[in-house]
Amino acid sequence: MSATSNTIVNLPDQRTATLPKRSYLNQEDGLLSWLFTGDHKRIAILYLISITFFFFIGGAFAGLIRLELLTPQPDLVASDTYNKFFSMHGIIMVFLFLVPSVPATLGNFLIPIMLGAKDLAFPKINLLSWYLYWIGGLFTLSALVLGGVDTGWTFTTPLSTHYLNTHVVTAATGVFIIGFSSIFTGLNFIVTIHRMRAPGMTWFRMPLFIWSNYAASILMVLGTPVLAITLVLVALERVVGLGVFDPTKGGDPLLFQHLFWFYSHPAVYIMILPGMGVISEVISTFSRKRVFGYTAVAFSSVAIALFGFFVWEHHMFIMGVSNYSALVFSLLTMLVAVPSAIKIFNWAFTLQQGSITFETPMLYAFGFLGLFTIGGMTGVYLGALGMDIHLTETYFIVAHFHFVMVGGMLMAFLAGIHFWWPKMTGRMYPESLSKLAAVTTFIGFNLTFLPQFILGYLGMPRRYHAYPPEFQVLNVLSTAGATVLGVGYMLPLLYLGWSLKYGAIAGNNPWQATGLEWQIQSPPLTENFTEIPIVDHEAYDYEWLAHKTEQEVTTVG
Amino acid sequence: MDNVIVATRSHTHEAGASEEHAHVALPQHRHHFETEQQQREAGTFGMWLFLLTEIMFFGGLFMSYLLYRNWYHDAFVVASNQLSIKLGAFNTAVLIGSGFFMALGVWAAEVRKKGLLVLFLVLTTLLGLVFLGVKYDEYHEKWEKHHIPGAHFDVSEFVNPHAYGIKEEPLAPDMAQKTQVFFSLYFAMTGMHALHMIIGIVLLGWLTYRAHRGDFSSGYVAPIENFGLYWHFVDIVWLFLFPLLYLINRHPGS
Repeated sequence: MSATSNTIVNLPDQRTATLPKRSYLNQEDGLLSWLFTGDHKRIAILYLISITFFFFIGGAFAGLIRLELLTPQPDLVASDTYNKFFSMHGIIMVFLFLVPSVPATLGNFLIPIMLGAKDLAFPKINLLSWYLYWIGGLFTLSALVLGGVDTGWTFTTPLSTHYLNTHVVTAATGVFIIGFSSIFTGLNFIVTIHRMRAPGMTWFRMPLFIWSNYAASILMVLGTPVLAITLVLVALERVVGLGVFDPTKGGDPLLFQHLFWFYSHPAVYIMILPGMGVISEVISTFSRKRVFGYTAVAFSSVAIALFGFFVWEHHMFIMGVSNYSALVFSLLTMLVAVPSAIKIFNWAFTLQQGSITFETPMLYAFGFLGLFTIGGMTGVYLGALGMDIHLTETYFIVAHFHFVMVGGMLMAFLAGIHFWWPKMTGRMYPESLSKLAAVTTFIGFNLTFLPQFILGYLGMPRRYHAYPPEFQVLNVLSTAGATVLGVGYMLPLLYLGWSLKYGAIAGNNPWQATGLEWQIQSPPLTENFTEIPIVDHEAYDYEWLAHKTEQEVTTVG
Repeated sequence: MDNVIVATRSHTHEAGASEEHAHVALPQHRHHFETEQQQREAGTFGMWLFLLTEIMFFGGLFMSYLLYRNWYHDAFVVASNQLSIKLGAFNTAVLIGSGFFMALGVWAAEVRKKGLLVLFLVLTTLLGLVFLGVKYDEYHEKWEKHHIPGAHFDVSEFVNPHAYGIKEEPLAPDMAQKTQVFFSLYFAMTGMHALHMIIGIVLLGWLTYRAHRGDFSSGYVAPIENFGLYWHFVDIVWLFLFPLLYLINRHPGS
């Protein structure tokens, strides 16, 4: 399949290979068997389809934003329509795509299997979380259909409570409900990781993907309720005139910012941590080496989760907070860079002297490493008080968080989808086409967002639909990049769909990876394991794998 | 020899499904748990985690309350004096009683006394309803006195208390406005608490029905135990709300 001879892909003989007769995909048939399933793998697939749907809606809004910004004049849409575009883009992408992206799809699918369990601890609650996701999604969509919402994704008061006649309450209700879907996912993961590990699966034998999802789950469980109560107060303030954030009644809009960012800053770690877990798995597999500094990488996930709760005020440096607290929060913000850097360095040392091959997941992982590093470093600039006052509310911020969220998380998500696609479907994706998509995404991404760093540095504010003519060249570059990026995201949709029917049969372990999920059939049985595994080796133990493979051959021979 | 990941256990889910379930006394045992004990532990752990999210949920409100109380101390004291300690104390007793019967209910389930369990669940529900009734009465009084935040909120009682026969020091008009923040938080906090009670009472109805049907008569008590945790949590929230809203700093100087 691969264009290079340097590959670790090990597929069964395609002339004789078939998919397993029985798997979670064909255990039961019919739409209802999917809609009422308790199987974590089926729920993962339901989530995958749902978040893909919302990703392309959110992406369409991104396209409209870039189209409007092609010219300096406000010529495509009116300014309040433009406000609705970026608000819907933000709400959909953050709450309906990024937060559930890796945990709800790959996490749901893989966490029980990686732990050697038959399912998550609470299958019904898992299904409930998917339904809540859709109920929240429908509220958000109805806010969109009824005429949109233009608060930005942050629901900033008193703008959201007093000055807008758009569907704030509908959208906030949607986000509130989606929040519970995410709480239930996190709760399920934590209980499963604590209580359902197979015999011998100690905490420090768990794959790093589990550790990072565990850290993200802690954030979901502790952070999301604060967002929920904040949105309740916003809705009550709008509907019945409660006065908690209303300055005319003695309330303080700054309190809203504190409560909102108390969730929403940890939320960016909810979005990025599971992606980091994917990167650990992919980099280890395609370098044929145990992740360097396993313990450090595991604990750095937990450290990011903990520090993440103590940095929220850096979103508010220009909002009139006390200088002393701003100093403290600036310092704490820079501290988060330490565990992130620990991860980056350990991945780099994993690559060092590894037998690196360049399959698609690895290409995405390389994209992640570079782009996340840029996104993270610019985050440190923004954490510095003086720089922040110059750069905040400009396109520099927009570029920064898109480097982390899109360049980081989306790259990691695509790396994970390609990496585990053979496990989920039993079939390989087309290798050369997917490499093309990975490269296209990388080029398109940089073309879109690098110019925005410059624009922001030069002072172009975010959230305006008109700008001075001297910014046009960079904006045209950015819009051109967004087009390329759009193609890069459409490609996987097409060829992954194609591969469902025509892809090569993958076999159990096409990557010769060490995780428990690769030792069972692809696609797995509903009960995952015919025999509960007993784990007697560390994670990423390639010698153990080689030994095991050898033995299997001898036994068969 | 250590290099075999999959070792055969005494039973497998596939082949020996019937044998595996043979030692399981309860029909409620779910197949993906290895043992009943694992299932029970997972359920309780999950419930505690859920209560942790509830603490964070109410935590946002408590945080706001403490902040504003600090800022607008005078307004909060005067507004707090408008609440009836008698009704608050009565409701506290009612809720503690309700929690007491819930604890007895858990005990009754554990010793498999079906009749007692149903009785205790009904008593828990009744006391919960009494609490809500008193709360409704308190809310209604606020409505009549125009103490509900919003368009009809009236501060004249606080600016000119003597005209209304209230023994309070008058507040400056801008400080009197801040009583609206107190009542906003009062309604948000007690309202969220009451909402949790209503959800709890709906669940109690369902549990009572199941208890009556005999679902918990064979030693399977996880739903009762976990609901008990939830109900006690709701009680505890009230035990914080009562002193914060009704009791502290009443009548300073007296």
